[in-house]
Amino acid sequence: MRNVNEAAVIPPARAGLQPDNSRYAKRKKRALKKNIWFGRYVKLSVFSLCFVLAMVLVLVGKTGLSVFATLSPAEFFFSLDWTPEEEHFGAGALIIGTLLLTALTLVIAVPVSVAIAVFLSEIAPNWLKRIYRTMLDILVGIPSVVYGYLGLTVLLPIIRHASGENLGDGLLAASLVLSLMILPTVSRVSDDALTAVPLSYREAAYALGSTRLQAIAKIIVPSAARGILSAVILGMARAIGETMAVVMVIGNTAQLPRDLVTPTAVLTSNIVMQISNVEFDSTWNRALYMMAFLLLLLALALIVLLRAIRSKGESAA
Amino acid sequence: MNNVYSPPVMNSKRHNRTVRALNRLATAGFWLLGSLLMLLILWLLVAILKNGLFRIDFSFLTKVPEELDTGGGIGPVLFNSFYILFLSLVVSIPIGIGAGVYLAEYAPRGKLTEFIRVCVEGLASVPSIVFGLLGIAIFVEGFHIGLTILGGALTLAFLNLPVLTRVTEEAVRAVPQDYRDAAYALGSTKFQCIWRVVLPAALNGIITGVSLTAGRAFGESAVIILTSGLSTSGQIWDFNLLSPGETLAVHLWYVQSEALVPDARDIADKSAAVLVIVVLLINLTFRIPLWLRSRRTR
Repeated sequence: MRNVNEAAVIPPARAGLQPDNSRYAKRKKRALKKNIWFGRYVKLSVFSLCFVLAMVLVLVGKTGLSVFATLSPAEFFFSLDWTPEEEHFGAGALIIGTLLLTALTLVIAVPVSVAIAVFLSEIAPNWLKRIYRTMLDILVGIPSVVYGYLGLTVLLPIIRHASGENLGDGLLAASLVLSLMILPTVSRVSDDALTAVPLSYREAAYALGSTRLQAIAKIIVPSAARGILSAVILGMARAIGETMAVVMVIGNTAQLPRDLVTPTAVLTSNIVMQISNVEFDSTWNRALYMMAFLLLLLALALIVLLRAIRSKGESAA
Repeated sequence: MNNVYSPPVMNSKRHNRTVRALNRLATAGFWLLGSLLMLLILWLLVAILKNGLFRIDFSFLTKVPEELDTGGGIGPVLFNSFYILFLSLVVSIPIGIGAGVYLAEYAPRGKLTEFIRVCVEGLASVPSIVFGLLGIAIFVEGFHIGLTILGGALTLAFLNLPVLTRVTEEAVRAVPQDYRDAAYALGSTKFQCIWRVVLPAALNGIITGVSLTAGRAFGESAVIILTSGLSTSGQIWDFNLLSPGETLAVHLWYVQSEALVPDARDIADKSAAVLVIVVLLINLTFRIPLWLRSRRTR
C-alpha cells in the first residue's frame, strides 16, 4: 500500500554520471545526498529503539537472573518470607500481591469502563460526548503520584472510618486508586472500538425491532469484543507496572494480605521502597532486579497476547 | 448470543413490555453511571486544585525547600522538573520522530518490520520502574556518576521514545497518499517529500503526541526517584548535569512520606496543585502554535 515508487526517486541521469558543474546538477547531488543520509538517520533511530529494549532485557535480566547463583529459584518464587535483613528472599507473597491487586483492579474497573464506553458511544448526546472525552483525556494526564496522594489523603480516611482499621492501607485502597487510573484508558479505547462498529449493524438490529439495550448487548458489544479485550489488556499492563500510586496506599509490608485492608506489598512498591538502600552487589539487590525482570516479562507477554488478538481480528475480517 | 426463538404461544405482548422496560431501565442506569463518574472526576479536579491553588504564591514557587522548618518552597524542584523534561525531550524527540517516520514510510513489509513493531510496542509496555532500574544499572553502576539530572533525563528519554514513535507513525500514516504522489510527481526525493510535504501535514498529530508525552514525563516519578535522587543541590538555577535532580513529582512523594517539616501536608497539597496545573498547561501551550497556524491558513 505504501510502496512508494522507488524508481521515481532515482534520477534518470544517474547511470551515466557525467561531471556536470551546472548549478542544477550540484543541487540535485546535494538533494540526493540528503536523501541517503535521512534514510540512514531514520534507520538508526529505529534501531536505537530496539537497542534500548535489548539493553533493558540484558541489563535487568542479567542482574536479575544472577540472583539464582546464590538463591534457589524455588525459594524465590514459592517462599512467602521476604525478610532480606535475615537473608530470606522469598518473593511469593509479592508476586501473589501483584496478581491479586491486578485482578481486583480489573474486577472493579472493567465493568465500569465498558459501561462508560457504551454510554459514550451509544447513548450520550454529541455535546456531552465531546466534554466527557476531553475530561477522560485530562484524567489520563494526571500524574500517578497525584493519584497516590489523593488516595492517601482522601480515600484512606474514608476506608479507615468504614472498616475500623487504624491504618486502612491495603489492597482495597490500592485497587480503587488503580481503577480510577486505568478507567480513562480502558474506556477510551473501548469507546473507539464501539464507535468503529459499522452503522449498518445497528440499523439491522433496529430493523428487526430490537430495543437499544438488545442492540447493545447482542450486536454492538459482541462485534467490538476484540477491541474491548485489547483495552482491558492495556489497562492490565498499566495496573501491573504502576508504582507510585500503589506505594502510597498499600502499606508496604511484605506479607500475604488477610483481607482487603491489611497492609501488604506488591512487586513494584517493594522495589521502589528498597532499591535505594541496598548495595548493588548483594543478593538483596539482585532479587529486586529479578522482580523487575519478572514485571518486564509479564508486560511483554501481555503485548504479545495483544498482538495475537489483533492479528486474529485482521484475518477474521 | 443464544437467541432462543420464543414461539408466539407465549404472551408476546408481555414479553415486549418487559423488554421495553428493561431497555428504559438500562438507559437510566447508563445515564446514572455516566453522571456519577462525571461528578467524581469533577470532584477530583476540584479536590486537587482547591487545596493548593489559592494558597500558592510567588515565594512558594521560588523558595528553596526547608529540611526542618515551615515555609519551604519548591523553587529548585520545579526548575529541575522543567530542566529534566527539556533534556529528555531534546534526546527523545529526534529519535522518536525518526523511528516513527521509518515505520510509516520506509519499513518494508516483512518479518524484520514485524519484529521492530513488537520491539516498539514492547518498549511502550515496559513498566517505568523497570526503566528506573535500568537507569541505576547504567548510570549509577556503569558510569559511577551517582544520582544525577543527566541520568534522570536520559532514562526518562527511554521512557518517552516508544510513545513518540507511535504517535509519529500514526500521524504520518494519516497523511493522504495523494500528497506523496504529488510530491514525487514534482520530482522530489523521498527526503524532500517527507520533509516538505508529509511531516508538515502530520505536524498537528505529532505535536499533540509530543504534548501528551511531555505531560506524562513531567509527572513521572518512579524513574526520577531511582535515577535523580531525593535531593537537590540547593540552588534554583543549577544547570549542572551532574547535580542531583529531585523533581516536583518526586518532591510531592518525599514531602508526604519522609520529610520532617511540620507543614508537609500544606506543601504536598500545593505541590500536587502545581503539578496538575503545569501538566494541563503543557497540554494547552503545545497546542497554541497549532491553533494559530490553523487560523492563519484558513
